[in-house]
Amino acid sequence: MINSLFLISHSGDIFLEKHWKSVISRSVCDYFLEAKEKAGDPENVAPVLQTPHHYLISIYRGKLFFLSVTQTEVPPLFVIEFLHRVADTFQDYFGDCSEVLIKENTVTVYELLEEMLDNGFPLATESNVLKEMIRPPTILRSVVNTLTGGSNVGGTLPTGQLSNVPWRRAGVKYTNNEAYFDVIEEIDAILDKSGTTVFAEIQGVIEACVKLTGMPDLTLSFMNPRLLDDVSFHPCVRFKRWESEHVLSFIPPDGNFRLMSYHVSSQNLVAIPVYVKQNISFLETGSCGRLDITIGPKQTMGKTVESLMVTIPMPKSVLSVNLTATQGTYTFDLTTKVVLWDVGKLNPQKLPNLRGSISIQTGAPKPEENPSINIDMKLQQLAISGLKVSRLDMYGEKYKPFKGVKYVTKAGKFQVRT
Amino acid sequence: MLESNKESLKLEAMKRIVQLISKGKNASDLFPAVVKNVASKNIELKKLVYVYLVRYAEEQQDLALLSISTFQRALKDPNQFIRASALRVLSSIRVPIIVPIMMLAIKEAASDLSPYVRKTSAHAIQKLYSLDADQKEQLIEVIEKLLKDKSTLVAGSVVMAFEEVCPDRIDLIHRNYRKLCNLLVDVEEWGQVVIINMLTRYARTQFTSPWKEDGIFDENEKAFYDSDSEEKQGQREAKPYIMDPDHRLLLRNTKPLLQSRNTAVVMAVAQLYWHLAPKHEVSIVTKSLVRLLRSHREVQYVVLQNIATMSIQRKGMFEPYMKSFYVRSTDATHIKTLKLEILTNLANEANISTILREFQTYVKSQDKAFAAATIQAIGRCATNISEVTDTCLNGLVLLLSNRDETVVAESVVVIKKLLQTQPTQHSDIIKHMAKLFDNITVPMARASILWLMGEYCERVPKIAPDVLRKMAKTFTAEEDIVKLQTVNLAAKLYLTNSKQTKLLTQYILNLGKYDQNYDIRDRTRFIRQLIVPSEKSGALNKYARRILLASKPAPVLESAFKDRDRFQLGTLSHSLNIKTTGYQELSDWPAVAPDPSVRNVEVIEPVQEWAPSLGKAKKPKSDDKFYSDDEEKDEEGSGSGSEDSSSSSSSGSSEESGSESEEESSRDLEKTSSDSEKSSSGSEASSSESESQQKEKKRAKKVTPRKSKQTAADSGSDENGNGPLGKTSSSSAESSSSEESDSSEDSDSDSPAPQKKTVGKTKPKVEVKSKKEVSLLDLDDFSPAPPSAPKSSVFSSSLLSDLEGLSLSNVSSAMQVTTSSFGPVKTYELLHHMTGKGLSAKYHFPRQPCLYQPSMVAVQVILTNSSDHSLEEIHIGDRSPASLNVHCFNTVERLEPGASVSVSMGIDFSDSTQAANFQLCTKEDQFSVSIQPAVGELVMPSTMKEPDFCSEQRKLMGMNETSATIAMATANTSKQNISKQVLSVANVGVVSSDQNNLQRFAGRTVSSGALVLVTLELRESSTALLTINTEKTVMASMLLRDLKQALYQA
Repeated sequence: MINSLFLISHSGDIFLEKHWKSVISRSVCDYFLEAKEKAGDPENVAPVLQTPHHYLISIYRGKLFFLSVTQTEVPPLFVIEFLHRVADTFQDYFGDCSEVLIKENTVTVYELLEEMLDNGFPLATESNVLKEMIRPPTILRSVVNTLTGGSNVGGTLPTGQLSNVPWRRAGVKYTNNEAYFDVIEEIDAILDKSGTTVFAEIQGVIEACVKLTGMPDLTLSFMNPRLLDDVSFHPCVRFKRWESEHVLSFIPPDGNFRLMSYHVSSQNLVAIPVYVKQNISFLETGSCGRLDITIGPKQTMGKTVESLMVTIPMPKSVLSVNLTATQGTYTFDLTTKVVLWDVGKLNPQKLPNLRGSISIQTGAPKPEENPSINIDMKLQQLAISGLKVSRLDMYGEKYKPFKGVKYVTKAGKFQVRT
Repeated sequence: MLESNKESLKLEAMKRIVQLISKGKNASDLFPAVVKNVASKNIELKKLVYVYLVRYAEEQQDLALLSISTFQRALKDPNQFIRASALRVLSSIRVPIIVPIMMLAIKEAASDLSPYVRKTSAHAIQKLYSLDADQKEQLIEVIEKLLKDKSTLVAGSVVMAFEEVCPDRIDLIHRNYRKLCNLLVDVEEWGQVVIINMLTRYARTQFTSPWKEDGIFDENEKAFYDSDSEEKQGQREAKPYIMDPDHRLLLRNTKPLLQSRNTAVVMAVAQLYWHLAPKHEVSIVTKSLVRLLRSHREVQYVVLQNIATMSIQRKGMFEPYMKSFYVRSTDATHIKTLKLEILTNLANEANISTILREFQTYVKSQDKAFAAATIQAIGRCATNISEVTDTCLNGLVLLLSNRDETVVAESVVVIKKLLQTQPTQHSDIIKHMAKLFDNITVPMARASILWLMGEYCERVPKIAPDVLRKMAKTFTAEEDIVKLQTVNLAAKLYLTNSKQTKLLTQYILNLGKYDQNYDIRDRTRFIRQLIVPSEKSGALNKYARRILLASKPAPVLESAFKDRDRFQLGTLSHSLNIKTTGYQELSDWPAVAPDPSVRNVEVIEPVQEWAPSLGKAKKPKSDDKFYSDDEEKDEEGSGSGSEDSSSSSSSGSSEESGSESEEESSRDLEKTSSDSEKSSSGSEASSSESESQQKEKKRAKKVTPRKSKQTAADSGSDENGNGPLGKTSSSSAESSSSEESDSSEDSDSDSPAPQKKTVGKTKPKVEVKSKKEVSLLDLDDFSPAPPSAPKSSVFSSSLLSDLEGLSLSNVSSAMQVTTSSFGPVKTYELLHHMTGKGLSAKYHFPRQPCLYQPSMVAVQVILTNSSDHSLEEIHIGDRSPASLNVHCFNTVERLEPGASVSVSMGIDFSDSTQAANFQLCTKEDQFSVSIQPAVGELVMPSTMKEPDFCSEQRKLMGMNETSATIAMATANTSKQNISKQVLSVANVGVVSSDQNNLQRFAGRTVSSGALVLVTLELRESSTALLTINTEKTVMASMLLRDLKQALYQA
């Protein structure tokens, strides 16, 4: 299915290649580089490309292109999903998925790729299984290895690989048994000029960090599971139990994982935590414009809005901005023309305001569209949808685990049109 | 460095070589040095050598052969991991000479015991096929064999091999179809994608169309612009259609996968529903597809493409989610365009105003390519929905004054198209455009305006010649496309208004005649001949007017995704809109379904290699009665998936597929129980009161010696106190023994008669349940539970094997190094349904270590609802004595009439036979119940060697020793029978002994862990000396009494 993989840096430098079938010359990447050149912005490169003899499927992650080459029909999502899994694995192993780190760990990367794919078909993609075969590099281990000649590669078949619980390895042991669940909700919204909601929805995920000894069987139940409209689960969750009882019953993987992601039904009205009063105008004559933005709390459910951040991508003709912020700091990136205003905590008594003038290149026509405002924020200890975890039970092991649930609401793709 | 003796140096060297390879540099010179290390002990080094070998073997074939023998040796390695990786590398070496070796290795690996190795062999099939296609026939044989494999691990890989090697051999699938459908949920996610895609193709050839009429699909396409979904609905009701149950099976089993986190799986299921499901069911995929839009950019791209295709045919599916397709300014351009496409497809009379308002925002976008696309979309909406055409047109005209010329140009082009569809009085728009003409520089737009002028020159008689005059001035500087249209305009004007334009036309034609572009020269010459009257071309001249000014059909503005539906959704071909290599056409539905019986498999055969000892005759019977199978049937029947097995701690789905493994793991159970089953049916008539099949079995075995035994029983009937019963049924004596001990403090409200009746009534259920318990016990026994060992491991292993089902089955067969002990299961009444207002409860001791606390005794309670309404919130209430330590079962939320549920609880009896009293509560009522343990249940087996036993026994002499001489039934004198009897009474472990007349059993009390040692010394003439050594003297005497009774009777 997948013949070869090329890793290409942001600048177009091919720094790693791996072939699972016959070797394909890296000249095949030229087609891709051409397309990339044409698209300008790396985000705009089409994920599926066609060349005379091959098909190129690529993803863009962490300023890197993962380009896979295939010769025959294959579901493109299959490849895309796999490439993302590869990127996830790198992130998991090396902490980040960047060119430098991958170059540093070429051998581990190679070993990983060798295990993840056999003849172009995914073999082991569960991070728990991989970690049993190839241990993640740490400084301590590399020191030990050089001294003892030990290796990072396990010699036995990981138990997970054989079982129906491939996500969990056997013989896990912890002194502190703990299970933490983070309920993270994101508000996706588009507000129009006058502040009315054009579109809003809530997407949530439950991220878990489970460090439990043995083979625990967990059951997580919600106070109000009916709220959830559409859900997708980690493979460990027993779907039948969810259908019949609306509880999450699962044998968790070891460590961090995403237990489920959900969508809150769009019938429910979404509380929008902030409002934005904005006035951006470009003068018809003379090369300047004015900007005035005030942000205030709206429906915050009694919580404070934190880490408030405002991003405004300015039109390309904008030369510079001269603004004053009553709270926080702002920066203007000259190359990308993005105004970034880091507000911090939102104080309802004293609303943050950003105002000032914008200067445009002389001679350039007045931009006819005002830039949209993207807002980023965080509300601690609140799930905006009102979802509540009611209890977590553990079966199969006899110790008492330490349990914790945290709620966070964030702004997802929160956009204000002006 | 490779030549070095030190492993670490070699490793370092190999790492550098791999780095070279990864950069694409040629390292093939080092081949001889590297290949030497292939047999290295260091696994990491070995793996790196493998990487190297696979990369360069093709170039250095001769040298690569040196390594082959190492792999051949490794193929025989006892470690499955090594076998698998050897096969992996061997098959990855693309050297044609070793094809026969590979073939042999694949064949061997295909019947390997380890599913992992079999999976690897499935991968190797594809590799070999790509290396040498001549092996196809042989490979198909291997595929056929592997398709029969029941391991979920193998399924995905072998289907992949099937797709690659012989996708047209659909006949291989028939017999495995149902199995694949059922396994699907448990297959790893990548395999799911492949299997679903294959099954989609399969289903299209095997089932008839669920879309009622064959033509409906095509009609939809034609009727799509009319957008009346009512019409479709009307046709759907046409004639009854009965779906093939297998077809239904596929749809039902794939549905849960829509919830997968893997986007490829979701997409695969979505396309399966799209291509296979009845029209009204397709919409369930909508939600999941919309969910995928939250994923990565690349995923969005592919999903949006597919939604675009779907939305053309089925607007209704995505209309409720219209807002999810609203464009954000931060989206990538191709995502924006796709969203726009979908919005346009979704537009109808009802939502057009919302969509147009949204479009207005997009038109102002800074992304000009996107703005232009929006204008086109507006154009499409305008043609599709006649109500808004005028509004759109006005809006577009306003855009003509836009500052950005790409927007203007696009508007012009779209207006041109719109005007063409409505060629009525729009002369003012044309006039307006003529005014703008000077400012527009985009050639396409200029050409469009010129064409419009020419086409409708009669409506703007004054302006058109003026425009032509301007064009004549700038003709030489124009783009080719504009020049052509100028020539056109000139010709048309010449025909309609020759007075004013004759000279202008002449001038332009002259310019065109000497143009650099041959197209233009050509056109000019043609036009000249056509319109200017001359001697040569008389004939055509007459028709010139009709040729040039013929009314032209309006262009159809349609979606770019219109023709994509010829490809299967979700495929690469669909994404690129071309037929890619290896694309398998989705066939049309057959008019008549092929014979569905080809998919029939007689019985669910257990895999032969694992269970060779099973006789054929027994199989169907045992299959039928298996608990999990029962459930499977239930589920298939009702589809509601009622989970009455919540206590079994494994989800229904895994159980479904795990039925074989359970069967497998309880193989020795079957050996013991299968004959008991037979006997049970035989002896049913004689005594239906038997409570546990265990006893039936014994009785069945002792049919012949019975008479002689009865005399003995007669003589002893006095001490027993239950003589008459004991004679007729040995088992009731057993139960009465417990009743007897109960009677001291038990509330005697239950009369024996109704008790027996209920037992008789619910018997099939109990039997099924008890068997399950036995099987669990068998698994547990493999580590014969020394009390100090962590019980959790025991539990989890049984849990594991429950869950892991198929793929672990060979491991579980290894677990069966266990003493063939049996679980005597006596079920006691806890609550009678008369007193419990319909709720009845029975309990038994599963004799497993308790999960909750080691000092507790596990009790399995079976709650049955024999009333006619459902009972809610069954839980445990107050208990007495208050200090009683009970681990309650989870509240049973709801118990339907007739249903029963088995829950487990733990009770700390503190080594006394005092009853545990507690209240069993439902939502409305509370019932006091009590559990009275038999003394034998308060111990658990302990393993020890004979010497240990003796030394322990010596420590427990004197006061701690209780002994009695007992009379034994003659049939009981054999060693096995004795141990059976003892084990049925007390949960102790057998201590192996070489002395013939001595039998020893050891156990520990559950709460305090005190040793309980039982010795039985056989004497002459059916007597024996029974000695019990334990600190708990009270227990000892009670145990002694129980044992005496048991041995005496049987």
